[in-house]
This record gives sequence, C-alpha cells and structure tokens, in this order.
Amino acid sequence: MSDRIQAITMPKWGMTMTEGKLAGWLAGEGADIAAGQEIMEVETEKITNVVESQGQGRLRRIVVSEGATAPVGALLAVLATEDVSDSDVEAFIASYADRAGSAAADADDAPKARIVQAGAHRFKVLSLGSGGVPAVLIHGFGGDGGTWLFNQDTLAQNRAVHVIDLPAHGDSEPTVASGKVTDIADAVLELFAALDIEKAHLIGHSLGGAVALAIAETSPQRVQSLSLIAPAGIGAEISANYIDGFLAAERRKPMKDVLSLLFADPQGMNAEMVENVLRFKRLDGVPEALAAIAGHLMADGKQIIDLRAILDGKIPALIVWGEADQIIPASQSDGLPAGVDVARLAGAGHMPMMEEAAQVNRLITAHLGKAEG
Amino acid sequence: MAQKSFRQALNEALHHEMRRDPNVIVLGEDVAGGSGASGQKDAWGGAFGVTKGLLGAFGPSRVRDTPITESAFVGAAAGAAMTGLRPVAEIMFVDFLGVCFDQIFNQAAKFRYMFGGKAVTPLVIRATYGAGTRSASQHSQALYPIFTHVPGLKVVIPSSPYDAKGLLIQAIRDNDPVIFLENKVLYDTVGEVPDGAYTVPFGEAHIVREGGDATIVALGRMVHFAREAAEILAAEGIDCTVLDPRTTSPLDEDTLLEMAEETGRVVIVDEANPRCGMAADISSIIAEKAFGALKAPIMKVTAPHTPVPYAPNLEAAYIPDAKRIADAVRKAVAFKRS
Amino acid sequence: MTGLQLSREELLKAYRLMRMIRVFEDRVSAEMASGDIPGNTHLYAGQEASAVGICLHLSESDRIASTHRGHGHCIAKGCDVDGMMAEIFGKDTGICRGKGGSMHIADLSKGMLGANGIVGGAPPIACGAALTSQILGRNDVSVAFTGDGGINQGTTAESMNLAQVWKLPVIFAVEDNGFGEATASSFVVAGEITKRAEALGMAFAKVDGVDFFAVHEAAGEAVERARRGEGPTLLHIETPRYYGHFSGDPDNYRTAEEKAAMRRDRDCLPRFRRRVTEAKLLGLDELDKVDAEVQAAIDQAVASARSAPQPALSSLTTDVYVRY
Repeated sequence: MSDRIQAITMPKWGMTMTEGKLAGWLAGEGADIAAGQEIMEVETEKITNVVESQGQGRLRRIVVSEGATAPVGALLAVLATEDVSDSDVEAFIASYADRAGSAAADADDAPKARIVQAGAHRFKVLSLGSGGVPAVLIHGFGGDGGTWLFNQDTLAQNRAVHVIDLPAHGDSEPTVASGKVTDIADAVLELFAALDIEKAHLIGHSLGGAVALAIAETSPQRVQSLSLIAPAGIGAEISANYIDGFLAAERRKPMKDVLSLLFADPQGMNAEMVENVLRFKRLDGVPEALAAIAGHLMADGKQIIDLRAILDGKIPALIVWGEADQIIPASQSDGLPAGVDVARLAGAGHMPMMEEAAQVNRLITAHLGKAEG
Repeated sequence: MAQKSFRQALNEALHHEMRRDPNVIVLGEDVAGGSGASGQKDAWGGAFGVTKGLLGAFGPSRVRDTPITESAFVGAAAGAAMTGLRPVAEIMFVDFLGVCFDQIFNQAAKFRYMFGGKAVTPLVIRATYGAGTRSASQHSQALYPIFTHVPGLKVVIPSSPYDAKGLLIQAIRDNDPVIFLENKVLYDTVGEVPDGAYTVPFGEAHIVREGGDATIVALGRMVHFAREAAEILAAEGIDCTVLDPRTTSPLDEDTLLEMAEETGRVVIVDEANPRCGMAADISSIIAEKAFGALKAPIMKVTAPHTPVPYAPNLEAAYIPDAKRIADAVRKAVAFKRS
Repeated sequence: MTGLQLSREELLKAYRLMRMIRVFEDRVSAEMASGDIPGNTHLYAGQEASAVGICLHLSESDRIASTHRGHGHCIAKGCDVDGMMAEIFGKDTGICRGKGGSMHIADLSKGMLGANGIVGGAPPIACGAALTSQILGRNDVSVAFTGDGGINQGTTAESMNLAQVWKLPVIFAVEDNGFGEATASSFVVAGEITKRAEALGMAFAKVDGVDFFAVHEAAGEAVERARRGEGPTLLHIETPRYYGHFSGDPDNYRTAEEKAAMRRDRDCLPRFRRRVTEAKLLGLDELDKVDAEVQAAIDQAVASARSAPQPALSSLTTDVYVRY
C-alpha cells in the first residue's frame, strides 16, 4: 500500500471480537491527522476504547458513520496526503479488498489459546508472532490475558509474544495453593520450560509485575528485560479498598464500583466487562485462591512483599505508571536507580496498557529493542 | 471456552453437585432412564435427557426412578430435604405440578416460617415449561408467576447454557426450596460454559445488552426474542437494553429500576398469561418506584389470557415473538405526552 | 401380653405421657373457652394410647409427621410442653415463635416434623424422612400419623405405594377415630382400611387404640420390621375422639348417649391403671403422684404462656427464607 493513501480499519481486540461499533469519530473529514492521534472510539461487547491513527495524513473520507457496526478489518476511513485526488480516494475505497471485513475469513486460522501443562500447573497461553527473544505478558491480581487486548498484536510484530493466565486466573487452574508470589513465579518458570523459553522479556502488570520481579530475583539469566506497569512489590501503599472490595464483590453493582477504581475514566467499562469478572470470581476455588494471594500481598492495608532491590539497573527495566492510578500510587516510581526508565502517563489510571495503549506499546517496543541491542 | 448445550450444562451441574455432596440425590419419573425394563440401562436419562449418566456415576440409591405419583415423590423430597438430604426432584412438565402443588406451597415453602425458623429445606424441583412444541394446554404452560407468588419459594428461569449450569448449582447449594424451570425449546441451544463448577447468584439480573433508548425485560426463551428484537431495532437506530432477571423470586428490583430510569422506556416480555403475571408484577414495581423517569407507558408483551393451543398457527400466535416486541418498543419510543 | 414386660420406668413414662396429653387437651379446651387462645385447636383427648404406644419405641433420631390433631403426637415425641402451650397462645416463647400455632407445632431436634394443617399431609413427609434414613444408611424409622380422613387422600395412597416399592422404613399409623370432621368414617371410607395395605403387599395390623399395650405391641413389630429393612407397615388404630372436630365444635352430630358411653367405656387411662395395678407393676399411689405432677406441669405451662410476650412485630418478615 502506498504511504500516500492508507486505510483505517476496524481493529481486532482479542480472539472473540468479530465486529465493533463505531462509537464516535474524534476527527472530521478534512482534518490533518498525526501518527498516534486519537481518531475514533470503538465499542465492542466487552469494552469501549479509543483508537489511535497508525499513519499520518488528511482524513479524506469517513466510510463508516457513527453508530454503525462493522466487522473486524472493515474499511472505516481513508487517510491520504493532499496530492491524492478525490477520484483516487474513491478508487481506493472501491477496490479495498477487505472492505467487508476479514473476520469471517480469519475465524478458522485465528490464533487459538491453548492449555499448556507445566509440571503440576495448567496454564492457558495465547501465543502470537514468532522469532526474536520472546516476550511473556503477565496480568495482575484478579485479571487475565484479556488485560493485553490492545497490546499483544502490536508487540508481536517481530517476536513471539505469550500472553498467559496466571494460576487461579482466567482459564488456568488454581494450582498454586499457597498464593505466594514466589510460588507463582516458580510456576511461571515451569511454564518457561514447557514452552522452551530460554530467556524472555517479562512484561508484567501490577501483581504480574511483582511476579516478574520475583522471577528476576531467582533467575536473572532467564530475563532479557523487565517492563513493569504499575507493579506491585516496590512500595508499601496499595488500595485496600480495591483489593478487599474485589474479594468481597459478588454482584454487578459492587463489582462495577470496584472495577471503576482501575481507570482514570471508567466510562469505557461496560456491563459485559463486569459480568466477565464476576463469571471468573464465581468459579469454585477462585475466591479462596484470590484471598490466599491477597493475604501474601498485603497486611493491614500495606504491601508486605518488597522486591524493589531487584531494580538495580542490571536487568534493563522500564516502569510505566498512570498518574491517576488509584490502586498503587505512581509515586512509587520515584527514586529508582539510574538505568531504570520511568514513564508516567497522564490520563491513565491503573490500566495504562488499555487506557493509553498506543503510547504503552511504543514505550515497550522501544524498550525491548534497546534491551536486545 | 467450551461450547455446550443447555441440556449438557444442566447435566454437568448435576454431576458436579452429586460428586461434591453425597447428600444430593435425584429423583423423578425416568430420571434413571427407565428402571425395571429389559433393555439398555439409563435408556432415557430423564424425559429430556438431562439426567443421562447419573445412574452409572452415582448408582440407583441416589438416582431414583419414581412411580408417576408427583404428590408422593415431591412430598418425600420435601421431607428428605427437611431431614438432611438435598433432593433434586424432576417433574417432566411444570403443568404436572398441579397434582402436587400442596407439597410445594403448603409444605416445603412454609416449613421454615411455620416452624419458627428451625427448618431448612434445601429442595430443588426441576421442571420444563413453555410453549412451542405442539404439546397443547397441559404440557406447555409458563407457570412461574404462580410459584413466584408463594413466599418461601425461590423461582429460577435460566435463558442460556451458562446461566443454566450456574443457577442449578446455586439452586442445589441453596438452603431454601427452589423451583427451577427449563424452557424445553432451549435444551439444544448452545453457549459458552466453563468446565468447572460455578454459581450464579439469585436475585441478580443479567444485562444481556446495553442501549439507551428502551429497556426490554425478558425471561427464559423470551430473552432470545428480545435480543432478536433489539437487533432489528438497532438497525433502525433504536438502542435497547435487554435485561434478564434470571430469577423471579428473589427479583432484582434494583437493576430493573436502574435500567428503567436510565432508558425511560420499558417493555416487558412474558411467555406467561397476562393476568397476575411477571409482566404485570414488574410493571407495577416500575410504575410505583420509577414513575418519574418514564417517558412512555410501560408496554407488556405476553401470551393472551388463554390456554396454550395445539394447532401450529394458533400456538405461534400465542407465543410472544421478536416482531411483537419490536413493535412495542417502537410504540414506546414514538409515544408523546399530549 | 408382652407390653406388660416393660420396665417400671417405661410404664411410668408411658402413663405420664398419656396423662400429660389428656390434661393438656382438657386444659386447652378450657382455655379456649376463656377466649385467650387466638386460634383454633383440634384436640387429641381419647387417642393418647396411640401416640404414646407408638412413640415409646422411637428415639430422638426417629421421625414422626403428624396431623392437625397433633398435640398428642408432639408430647409423645418429646416436645416441650411449655413451648407447645406458649405456641398455642401465640407467644414469642412458643415452640415455633408464635408463627405456627396449634396446627404447625414442630421440633425437628426431637424428630417431630410438624403437625400439619392438610389432611394427608404427613405421609409424603414421613416417606421423605425414611428416604433420608435409607440413603444415608441410618437405622432410623419414621411414622406418618394420619386418620380415617387422611386414608382417603391421594397423598396417602401414593405414599403407601412409594414406601412399599422402595421398602422405606416408615409406619403409616392410621388413627381411626370414627369421624372426618363431622362426617362418620363409615359414610366415607370404602372397604377395610387394612385391605389397602394388603393390596400393596404391605404388612399391616388392626389394633384397639384404647389399649396402650395392644398399640405398643403392634407398633413394636412394625418398628422392628422397618429397622430390619423390610419396609413399611400400616397400623389401623381404632380410637375414640372425646371432643368435637375442633374446640368449640358443638359436636351435635353425635348423640349425648354415644358421647357419654365413649368416655365411660373407651378411656385408655383407667384401663392402663387397672392393668398395671392388677399385675402389681405399679401402685395406685405412684400413678396418683404422676397425675398430680402432670397437673402442676400444665398449670405452670399455662401460667408461663399467659405471661409470655407476644412475638416482636419485626418477626413478621423473618424466617421466610434462610437467605433471600
């Protein structure tokens, strides 16, 4: 495709997404668009999020209007430089092969998550991409691989990227009875063996950040780099309201209130997202497993695991934090040693990889490149 | 996640709970597949195949074919529940509860209250309900309003395989008598169902779909028609919330009122007859407690005040459908105060 | 007669229970007339030998399910008399916190699964209790009390069939007091009650319900049969009913002569006294002492019921569900 004329298409967020609704255009026809500029808002059954433009140019034509639903891959709008004629834009639209969307065609060869037996553990793993030093993405407390909905595709452009569900999370069985972060880290190392991973970039969010640090503590030779997003384990403060509220919430309303603490702007949450968290929490064994993890993570409202010393600058480390994080304050990224890169993002809460997905993807991509170079 | 049928989801729930708790028993007509005959064992696995495999897994003491005497075995299930078992009694058709209603509404439902809070009656009565199978007036009714009316009973009406499994496990673990109604047209519908055991709490409505223009409240099979109507309406630019209360007793009034207030227009779909039905009940609650938020009269889409007919064209006209639901929503949206 | 081989303690216990039932019912009748008992009652006086003759074989883990005429069964199965009286007065200290009244007295901890306002209510429940015992491998039996009215109910017929095909450890105690409400059983019961059991292949016995020892012996065989896993038994127990159907029933469908003869000739208490004293098993003084103690206990029960508080209004909506 010529750089002079580019398609803006319906993104695919996660395996189950087949279509999305164009909730709103954030720029009108004729506007000049910079790369990375927020251009539209897309709503799926699970989530609503803004989409940033990959390329730059003038927004010449909006093909799918606000409120309409389009399949994944469908042409939504056309970006082109000024010198492209209107008739060329029309021709581009007319010829756009994938105008109807590729979701149906892709359904069969779409990557599928698998269950990987690793010692006593059974992990759900979704792998994308190939080559390079692989990256392993580790979600946070009470989360699952869906955390990385907006990241895995992008990060997998030039390497294998494994999104895992931690034990007792998502579709992984509760095989770590103790709930200790170190035991979870050992389980993930067993998964490394099962996946033939010698060394990996560890990308961890919140509790997943602490798990990544615990792996780096015992097995630094297995860690190419650390990318930690609002990690647990490097400071004392944590929102007991969130952790206790999450453990206690059994119904939609209280769960919605608790989950809204995760985001700087909770408007993107919808009923489906809350329902999915509740479905996870209703599984036999999950509440007990979560309580065990929480019991090792904090006491009297303070974190009780301290892995801050691991961030000594020897392993390349990137820390990303949302300024508006209400779960673990961004100030815990202050005062880290030189050699640890820190990025604090305005406009994001505890979930910057969702709320500021494009920016986080750029930061991590650059960090991984640097750590390999 | 695995795709499973509504029937399989229920079957898994029974397997999970019978494995988990030796006090869980299953009894009813042909639930062990048809005992005492010369042919294959567990041939039927219940009239609708829901209990298939339980006999082999748990044996004839805990999985019992009964005589066709609903009073005796439902009453015995109530007595067994009061004395330490967790019986799951299967009644082929909810219509047959007519011959054992005393056991349910005079006995099981009231033990706890009458006895000053000392009795616990963890009884589940499963039954099919609903029209659409050319089964006519005595095998097709949607009698859940009758049970909803009785204090002491809980009433569950799952609409999806996921809910069917989680609600049945909750029903079996619940310490109160539960009437669990399965729409027989839904048995072969398929959806995502986790392999493990899980519960869906009672009194928690499911927001099936979110939209700002109107709220369609629907139960059981009607949820599917409500979704269908919502899709039709979405193409016209009318965005509907579809709300499935999942249980009529307890009823999630909070979510009903929240959605009524958010959208200002409410259409209630009920496969039951209209008089003293769920549509009437829910509409009275909303009218009383969310009147100020209403932009249009509450619309009810129900079966007519008739028994269920046999002839296919009559039966089709009896059951609410997506077209009637969509029409009601359009009417609500078009309503102007004069 | 084998019943006479009972120990002195057991004989005294049987007499005390029978006397307790009689005095309880006579007193309830008197208190009903005073207007302080809010609801209706159906009195068991005259039938005492049946309840006591059967329940003397039962332990607390055995269960009984009863009828609207249930006070006697409750007392015989060990329910607290103070709590029963308070219940009938509708008080907070009642055995059901004042929520059940005379027709729903129950104490599950004593194996008493409830009096029952529905004629034919007990048999399915007793079958259920027997099913619990059978499935859990316990040795407990259950007793369904019903009557010449209840024997005609479909629930009883269905339950007898179920009990027989499943060999449930249950006894159907059919107390035939001659009347279903105001209608004579001879008018509404077809054939012989025991034949209904016979038709199902069920063991049965017909006994004189005025004779404690006869009831006790027949019940003993039935209970042992059930405990041996040999299934149910029907006991057809013929008794008088001293009062009308309910307290305050003018009972004018029976002649005064018939009622007088019934009380004179068919009273289980003097018959018991005569038998045990003639056999020199108990002395009259011992029996009289029991009478005095029972009278004092009932006086006490009434006094404490009268002075007990009403249930709190907040309890109107509690205990509908375990959790809602």
